[in-house]
Amino acid sequence: MSVMEGRTTSALLYLDGVHVSFDGFHAINNLSLTLEAGEMRAVIGPNGAGKTTMMDIITGKTKPDEGTVLFDGMTDLTRLDETHIAELGIGRKFQKPTVFESQTIEDNLLLALNVDHSVKGTLFWRGNRDESERIDRVLETIRLTDARNRLAGSLSHGQKQWLEIGMLLAQDPKLLLVDEPVAGMTDVETHQTAELLKAINKEKTVMVVEHDMTFVRELGVKVTCLHEGTVLAEGTIDQVSSNERVIEVYLGR
Amino acid sequence: MTPHVLTRSLDRSASIFILVVAGLGVLIPLSNLLLPAGSALQVPTYLVALFGKYACYAILALSIDLIWGYCGILSLGHGAFFALGGYAMGMYLMRQIGSRGVYGNPILPDFMVFLNYPKLPWYWHGFDMFWFAALMVIVVPGLLAFCFGWLAFRSRVTGVYLSIITQAMTYALLLAFFRNDFGFGGNNGLTDFKDILGFNVQADGTRAALFALSCLALILAFLICRAVVTSKLGKVLVAIRDAESRTRFLGYRVESYKLFVFTLSACMAGVAGALYVPQVGIINPSEFAPGNSIEAVIWVAVGGRGTLVGAALGAVVVNYAKTYFTSGPLAPYWLFMLGALFILVTLLLPKGIVGTFNAWRESQKETQVANAESAALEDGVGEPKPAE
Ligand SMILES: Nc1ncnc2c1ncn2[C@@H]1O[C@H](COP(=O)(O)OP(=O)(O)O)[C@@H](O)[C@H]1O
Ligand SMILES: [Mg+2]
Repeated sequence: MSVMEGRTTSALLYLDGVHVSFDGFHAINNLSLTLEAGEMRAVIGPNGAGKTTMMDIITGKTKPDEGTVLFDGMTDLTRLDETHIAELGIGRKFQKPTVFESQTIEDNLLLALNVDHSVKGTLFWRGNRDESERIDRVLETIRLTDARNRLAGSLSHGQKQWLEIGMLLAQDPKLLLVDEPVAGMTDVETHQTAELLKAINKEKTVMVVEHDMTFVRELGVKVTCLHEGTVLAEGTIDQVSSNERVIEVYLGR
Repeated sequence: MTPHVLTRSLDRSASIFILVVAGLGVLIPLSNLLLPAGSALQVPTYLVALFGKYACYAILALSIDLIWGYCGILSLGHGAFFALGGYAMGMYLMRQIGSRGVYGNPILPDFMVFLNYPKLPWYWHGFDMFWFAALMVIVVPGLLAFCFGWLAFRSRVTGVYLSIITQAMTYALLLAFFRNDFGFGGNNGLTDFKDILGFNVQADGTRAALFALSCLALILAFLICRAVVTSKLGKVLVAIRDAESRTRFLGYRVESYKLFVFTLSACMAGVAGALYVPQVGIINPSEFAPGNSIEAVIWVAVGGRGTLVGAALGAVVVNYAKTYFTSGPLAPYWLFMLGALFILVTLLLPKGIVGTFNAWRESQKETQVANAESAALEDGVGEPKPAE
């Protein structure tokens, strides 16, 4: 791990001047964004704006061509791989829900728990009270207690979204990156998800990407609008949604 | 009482499997040795050797199922680890011949005398001791798998690309072992074995013992595989198989898991090869042929990938068919039949024999539960409703 001399920023997540291009296509352009510890941020923007790519950069899936990505003011994320970044305490929910379909819901959560993830640790693993209590608590939070022994592949789309959020909770990271959590959910489920994320935000820093403006409004947090890989506007939901450029490229006239 | 790590979570099919293998491992040698030759129940020695061969193939199939069925690593070069284990055992058997060879050289095996080797190559030293050879049976395939896996998994070579380089690996070894100057008997390989641990390899008693040992090794390999796949590590392997990158984002070092299970699997394949060689009496470079590795994968597909029991069963069933067909007039068409079998299984029984059977049993259970529930429901409906 590369540690820079002391903290350079108070932010938990600090992106500055980040560039990424795929075969000459500039997906991320001079992107700068900071997230304070304890904050929740909503990220909006049209399809292809680079929201998912930004999460790929933060979690080590994509390496930026240029720019600074710092976690906790000290750790240069661009030099670490996915496993390492996950170990630092950055968890991620994917846009397309990705759960382990052929395993039970309980096992999905067990795999996500932030306990010893070494080969030796898992080979000789024995469950304990603390772990099963944590799993029970998460199951309750995501309302899947009765389904705990069902295969994750048998869940509905919305339930898979919740299971992924549950896996994030089990992972217990410092920073949660949540990509389009309410896609495919009913209005009630969307509302419940907003409540859940607000509850999570009491202890953790959260970045949520979402298109659903009702949902974003319900979160009631600072909003960043991305467009063509760069920040177009930032502020309260009212400020951002009255911004002319945002209306032009995203919200429509 | 806490169950032993090797015996915990043995389900019914696993227990049946162990009992059957153990039963055969005891009864077949007893029948061969104790009953009079020619009696209806006496298993002739040639069959004992044949069944012993099947047991070794079953171990190889288990080792492939462990990585392919549970971790999604499709190795098309596992025959190489099998053959390396076989060569390690073959070297021990060669050194046991001593001065009884055609040329009577007490140190050099016949082929070395014939090829004018001045002295024993350095890598043949130690193989006159059984313990050393037995160690090499595990260490050599394990080391190769470790180095190969370290390079491949760290560079995130997966899927078809990985399968292709495993084929290339076994093909490279095939070419190397064919060379006379490589020091392993070239084209002819190692053969004309005399004894193993002082017992004549041809004797009925030795063959029966080797068969029993192969069954024992099969049971042990099965227990090890079960212990691995039923541990939390087994869940991680399945997670890697189904969603590799997701597993990384949870903080698992995927390459370490693959390396562990690939190396373990290669060691098991090596043991299978080592037990195979004294029973068939020869090891030559054709064991490295890429086709052999592909055949072994077909056994697993036929029996049922990701079921362990199915892998072993597939190895026996397909090889029994092979023995049957290649000794009759259909012999020239065996490869076509194998290909057709593979296509049929892929299309009609994608879960293999055991996988399909398990799915059928599950659905049986579910209908039973559903029937019971609907029966209970009807009872409720049948009761007189209170007036509203
Ligand atoms: N691995 C990749 N290779 C090539 N192009 C990519 C890759 N990942 C993303 N892109 C492109 O980058 C742009 C941003 O994509 P993405 O981050 O998924 O957008 P968003 O999540 O905001 O909808 C899109 O035009 C997409 O096609
Ligand atoms: Mg996206």
